[in-house]
Amino acid sequence: MSISTRRPRRILGAATLLAASALVLSSCVSNSPQPSSEGSATGNVPAAGSNTEEGPKVTIGFSVPAADHGFMAAMTDLAVETAAEYPDVELKVAEGTNDVSVQISQVETMINDQVDAIVLLPFDGAALTQVAQKAMDAGIPVINVDREFSTAQSSRVTVLGDNYGVGVSAGDFICAELDGKKDAKIGEIPGIDSLPLTQERSQGFKDALAKCGMEVSNRVAAEFTVESGERAASNLLQAAPELDAIWNHDDDQGVGVLAAIKAADRDEFFMVGNGGSANMMREIQSGDSVVKATTVYPAYQAADGVRIARLVAQDRALGDLLDIEVPREIVLYAAVVTAENVEKYLPTAFES
Amino acid sequence: MSISTPPKLERAQAVVPRRSAMKWLLDAGLRRNLGLILALVLLCALGVLTAGDRFADSNNLMTILRLAAVTGVVSIGATFVITIAGIDLSVGAILALAAVWATTLSGQAFAESTSWIFMPLTAMLIGAAAGLLNGILIAYGKVVSFITTLAMMAAARGLAEIISDKKTQLITVDGFLQAVGGEVFGIPVIVVIFVVVAVAGWVLLNRTTFGRRTFAIGGNPEAARLAGIKVQRHTALVYTLAGLCAGIGAFMLMARTTTGSATHGTGLELDVIAAVVIGGTLLSGGRGSIFGTVLGVLIFSALTNIFTLNNLSLSVQLVAKGAIIVIAVLIQRQLAIRQSRT
Repeated sequence: MSISTRRPRRILGAATLLAASALVLSSCVSNSPQPSSEGSATGNVPAAGSNTEEGPKVTIGFSVPAADHGFMAAMTDLAVETAAEYPDVELKVAEGTNDVSVQISQVETMINDQVDAIVLLPFDGAALTQVAQKAMDAGIPVINVDREFSTAQSSRVTVLGDNYGVGVSAGDFICAELDGKKDAKIGEIPGIDSLPLTQERSQGFKDALAKCGMEVSNRVAAEFTVESGERAASNLLQAAPELDAIWNHDDDQGVGVLAAIKAADRDEFFMVGNGGSANMMREIQSGDSVVKATTVYPAYQAADGVRIARLVAQDRALGDLLDIEVPREIVLYAAVVTAENVEKYLPTAFES
Repeated sequence: MSISTPPKLERAQAVVPRRSAMKWLLDAGLRRNLGLILALVLLCALGVLTAGDRFADSNNLMTILRLAAVTGVVSIGATFVITIAGIDLSVGAILALAAVWATTLSGQAFAESTSWIFMPLTAMLIGAAAGLLNGILIAYGKVVSFITTLAMMAAARGLAEIISDKKTQLITVDGFLQAVGGEVFGIPVIVVIFVVVAVAGWVLLNRTTFGRRTFAIGGNPEAARLAGIKVQRHTALVYTLAGLCAGIGAFMLMARTTTGSATHGTGLELDVIAAVVIGGTLLSGGRGSIFGTVLGVLIFSALTNIFTLNNLSLSVQLVAKGAIIVIAVLIQRQLAIRQSRT
């Protein structure tokens, strides 16, 4: 009991302190950017094509999981690069963490700092929902990226890759390539199996395969790392002496999967990746690889999150739409990259 | 399970090695690992029963060995550390650091223009250096091994992330990939390395002064000191050896995955400790078995393989792994009690 009464007071104390320092800080800097933001006061009037124009200066808080593998590192890097392109955006990047309680405290700090918007890619969507709601209640718009909160109201905009969609895209591609082959043997190498995003991907894959009467015959989970991909694939290739296709959930671990395939000297099947790394796209481009396609799970989601946060904070709309507000949810398209269209996607690919 | 030798006798042997005692130890080596050999045989029988030809296939057996190789080599080094009653939590992180350091663009360019041998050499050097730092802090700085290696685990992983910029570094040096990633007489090179390291480790632990000193320090460091062993220097050397093994594991994993990455060896330290402990090496020190460690590694690798062949999920594997660790240690305890009575 004593703890519960003491903690709010301490937080309140910290909040007043931080608010005071924020006030001091903002009064220090308010002199210089003010004229420029008044110069582009059109910021409040949404008009197509005006989004790149400089608007009032906004501070955006940015919190993501630890950039411990290629995809997440690319997400973070692209977001930071995007923010640097806009002179009216100051991005406050919190150190990436896979510790949910640390991430919650990062968001609390941002609320205390009274940032203009928060871009939040939660390590665990459900666990960060409450603190996101707290930010929204404090009048700070939250842009939820990649991993969804448990309630939609806890974010102003949700920017998602289409997890179910990449599964469907991969499944449809395999269905089309195998074209009604009877008793096709299909392998699946997911990433961390306990994550909801993995389960959604697998569900989409399963549903798409079911449409053409196929099913996954061998499934071995990896952990998104090269090493785990190699281990999972080595065992899977032994479990299935004959395969027609493999869908691998992550292009980072895909490097390890490919190493295992080469070591086993197997090429009777084709492989579909997911993520859209430059490595995999070059494999597809080469033409003599088992990799025939990869589904796009864009690494620029967080960068788009930053752009949207800027628009929301400056009270602008998305160009080209009649809507005078930024939409509530944006789901990025799960395209399939093949040898035919790889040229188009390669520039958007991330180096893992 | 060097259970039949009471620690006092072992220390006596450490000081006055006798030929007959050595021979007796070798016999005991097979006998005390009987439980583990039985477990491995049972596991293989289970594999043949449930997966038939797909399990008892030479390619599949090579896959089991190939996947056991990296953990195996690192476990050999860890056996020495645990025998002196230490613990090394940093081997996974050291492996990542060594792998990343050996695969930087400039490192690869240098290896390309000179010889691929510089890549494994770099990995081993980095591993040994990190291990030596561990050893100096533990032996001369008097910091507990758990804390020292916990700190190294964080720092080495962090440094690996900084060097690699958290990106996966693809290896383009063909000479290296062909040499270490290839095969000799149908046996993968990394399996050969595993065998060589295991044999070297066995000889070092059971046939040399270094090994006898290791047992002596693990049994009773004070008595070892009084017997004239330079305990601090030896302790530092043992951790250097563990680091070196992590470095060897690093270039093996580089060949296996064709990459260097800061995510390599994630969670490896616990797999290593599990293998060493079910192999009969006591966490309290004084007893260690290289043969037992190798069996421990093979049991876990075969387990993963059999579960995958039967299309069972990773979660079920983890439960089985936990059960095996507990059962193995329980059986060892029972045998220890029975043998100490006779």
